[in-house]
Amino acid sequence: MSEAGLSTPAEIAAPVAALPPEPGAFRAFWRRFSRRRGALAGLVVVVLLAVLALGAAWIAPYDPTATDWGAVRAAPDLAHLFGTDEVGRDVLSRIVYGTRASLGAGLTSVALAVALGLPLGMLAGYAGGVIDGAIMRLTDALLAIPFLILAIALAAFLGPSLTNAMVAIGLSATSIFVRLTRAQVQAVAAEEFVEAARAIGNPPWRIALHHILPNIVPAILVQATLTIAAAIIAEASLSFLGLGQQPPEPSWGSMLNTAKNFLDQAPWMAIWPGVSIFLAVLAFNLVGDGLRDALDPRERR
Amino acid sequence: MLRFLARRLALAVPTLVLASMIIFALQQLLPGDTATALSGEERDPEVIAFIRAKYHLDRPLPVRYAYWAAGVLQGDLGESIRLQKPVIELIREKLPVTLELACLAMLVALVIGVPMGILSAVRPGTWIDGLANGVALWGLSVPNFWLGILMILLFSVQLGWLPASGYVPPGESLAENLRSMAMPAFVLGNAIAAVMMRHTRAAMLGVLQSDYVRTARAKGVPMARVVLRHALPNAAIPIITLGALEFGQLLSGAVLTEQVFSVPGFGKLMVDAVFNRDFATVQGVVICTATTYILLNLAADLASALVNPKLRRA
Amino acid sequence: MTASPPLLDVRDLAVAFDSDGGTVHAVNGVTYALREGETLGIVGESGSGKSVHVLAMLGLVPRPPGRITSGQVDFEGRDLLAMPERLLRRVRGAEIGMVFQDPMSSLNPAMTVGAQIAEPLLLHRGLDASSARARARDLLDLVRIPDAGRRLDLYPHEFSGGQRQRVMIAIGLACRPKLLIADEATTALDVTVQAEIVALVQELKREIGMAIVWITHDLGVVAGIADTVQVMYAGRIVERGPVDAVFSDPRNAYTLGLLRSLPDLSRGRAGRQRLRQIEGSPPDMRHPPPGDPFAARNPYATPRCRAEAPPLAQVAGSVPGHLAAAWYDLPALLKQGAGR
Repeated sequence: MSEAGLSTPAEIAAPVAALPPEPGAFRAFWRRFSRRRGALAGLVVVVLLAVLALGAAWIAPYDPTATDWGAVRAAPDLAHLFGTDEVGRDVLSRIVYGTRASLGAGLTSVALAVALGLPLGMLAGYAGGVIDGAIMRLTDALLAIPFLILAIALAAFLGPSLTNAMVAIGLSATSIFVRLTRAQVQAVAAEEFVEAARAIGNPPWRIALHHILPNIVPAILVQATLTIAAAIIAEASLSFLGLGQQPPEPSWGSMLNTAKNFLDQAPWMAIWPGVSIFLAVLAFNLVGDGLRDALDPRERR
Repeated sequence: MLRFLARRLALAVPTLVLASMIIFALQQLLPGDTATALSGEERDPEVIAFIRAKYHLDRPLPVRYAYWAAGVLQGDLGESIRLQKPVIELIREKLPVTLELACLAMLVALVIGVPMGILSAVRPGTWIDGLANGVALWGLSVPNFWLGILMILLFSVQLGWLPASGYVPPGESLAENLRSMAMPAFVLGNAIAAVMMRHTRAAMLGVLQSDYVRTARAKGVPMARVVLRHALPNAAIPIITLGALEFGQLLSGAVLTEQVFSVPGFGKLMVDAVFNRDFATVQGVVICTATTYILLNLAADLASALVNPKLRRA
Repeated sequence: MTASPPLLDVRDLAVAFDSDGGTVHAVNGVTYALREGETLGIVGESGSGKSVHVLAMLGLVPRPPGRITSGQVDFEGRDLLAMPERLLRRVRGAEIGMVFQDPMSSLNPAMTVGAQIAEPLLLHRGLDASSARARARDLLDLVRIPDAGRRLDLYPHEFSGGQRQRVMIAIGLACRPKLLIADEATTALDVTVQAEIVALVQELKREIGMAIVWITHDLGVVAGIADTVQVMYAGRIVERGPVDAVFSDPRNAYTLGLLRSLPDLSRGRAGRQRLRQIEGSPPDMRHPPPGDPFAARNPYATPRCRAEAPPLAQVAGSVPGHLAAAWYDLPALLKQGAGR
């Protein structure tokens, strides 16, 4: 995300006055963020995963979909560091390519959720009245259907594919951002500097974009990071159920689905995809926690 | 308290209605002709005609919703194309299994999460706090279907202590039932335990800094009693309310856990229905889940009203 | 005066808090003694260390960030600071009762008033539930709450502010302590209710005969209740003595400032002056000034005040036991009309 967004030192729980972005603000943020070893480690893992996803073609030792009937369920050795699967595909290569499905789904679905949730939340928080009531009842109704159940139902009706899984996860996560944005907007709109901006005759859209939005970005950023973690689990879950990435394309979730049937003969098939999901989710959770603590000093533990 | 509950109920009804509309609208996502899609794989013209008539597919959407909602209110959730059975009957069959799993998992979550949260709040910044936070981070980050697979690998494949799958009804043998539910309940409760630990810790940290805890200490009350008798009842309200919200996650997680351990519950019913394009069953499961979730939140409001003396007498 | 050892003997007590911005020296070498049956009023603004030093001697300062850096506090000859928590717990609530400010937040909202009063009796006196309950009812009677038997089962939010403060006092007195410490016990209350509570405590003192430490920022309350007054500033005692002597003949400029900020005291109508507030703000206790901490706000300050902290010493020309920490001679300066 943009450096400018991070450099606005607004509070997360209850935003205080908007300070103009100072050049030193980012450095101050970074100092607080990097003091947490967990957050730094998480960031390193996120960067590594991004490198794996982008450079999969160069990093993976084999074609992830190439079968080798001479090496079916081969235990890990020097030729296949993580072993091979039930049709002789290299597990390491599938893990490397699987990064694309996981990170892609995490980022895309959360981007969709923010793109839908942020404007709706701003509208609800800023317009109030009937519009607010309607939007809130709708998010209440969506929140009443548990996240993964809704995603499964959506994926079922849309048809199984990675794209549909991303859409399903994004739609299911939208209400979180509507809620958060609305609460933030209401808190910021009550601040004096917004009052002042209104008093000097700024039109509502200008106030919303120039005075309110910059102040709620940190809170959205923290929630987005934590939601990416949840979305990665959700994508893996849908793929595990067969509703996400379709074979033979690799995804950590669908690899586990197959591995489940060969636990006694080829346990390595189950270990590495799970470790990958765990590490990716842990990394985003750590970065999210770190961001929250660094952006909101009062909430520091 | 009655007024408080009436207000909560008044909010729950429109939520439920809207949720049902969303669930109904899912049908519209089906590609192509709805009746053909709903008929599943068979494409039997007779079945398609039956569906068209049953769901009033020639009528406009709001009318169709009205027919459907009226049916739902009378307990008619439609017909499972695959199993040739009313959906409500399928749900009645499977729901107790999932409820048992969910309750056991919640028990696991409470037994692990609440004491851990209390301990880490009483000794913040110590090794026990660090350990609890680490366990919580693990619980939030480990996908439960993978944890399930790992446990099968260890306890079933390697050690042979617990069955990898299969469900024994408690009526048949309670001991075997618990043996078959032990791993699924632990796996499902694991993630919730992490959330409960964080909620408990936050609530207890706040309460332990309160003036009345200082008063209790000034009275010479031993620390254990301060925590359990003075602080915990006051922290219970947020713990109960937030715990009920986690029930949604519990139901979500149950889908995966049941898949891993082949537990014949609600979640398994839903996944099987999805693969057999048995959409009435999918809708039925979702509407039941949403209803359960809303009712549970009402129950949590009721419970916290009972715990909170200010609301009890109001 | 009396030959018997003091009930409470505080010597060189110092408390510090570790914070991100450095160590806050909240209490800096406080020494005083309290006789049995004496009522001591401790006055000072918030941050003067008046509440913290009391919490510290009872082991109620959270550690970390707080820590006791020096001192000894003998209660009936036993050092409270050296006592293990297990033994100190038996002193708290049994031999030393506490009454806190803001009875709204200081009473447990989820416990009945009866249970809260009965608790110290169950813990320290070994009473069974029914006799503890009977005793709790007597205590509610004692603090003049009508219909005590029925109200035992009510929750704090069902009482008025003044009644809640009475409940706090009942809790403090439950085990008939030798010492009752009231920390800003009337601060959160209306003026009329304040007067009722002060009158109640005076009556109870006559009935029970305990010693009282009354901590407040309100000199008016002290004048009505205390035998001895002790003024604290920046974690030190700056003046101490019999109430009449200190009020009529203050020797520390801070005490004078406090007295002058009060409407109408012992001055009578003729001597009535314009109310004055003390200018400036208390020092940053992370970096206490080397000299008299009040020097920066003191119009009478001498160069020596800024360099060297004055000791607390017997005042010349006043009654025995009137102590003050000042390098300057306040009565002489006032006579000259210097400063203000």
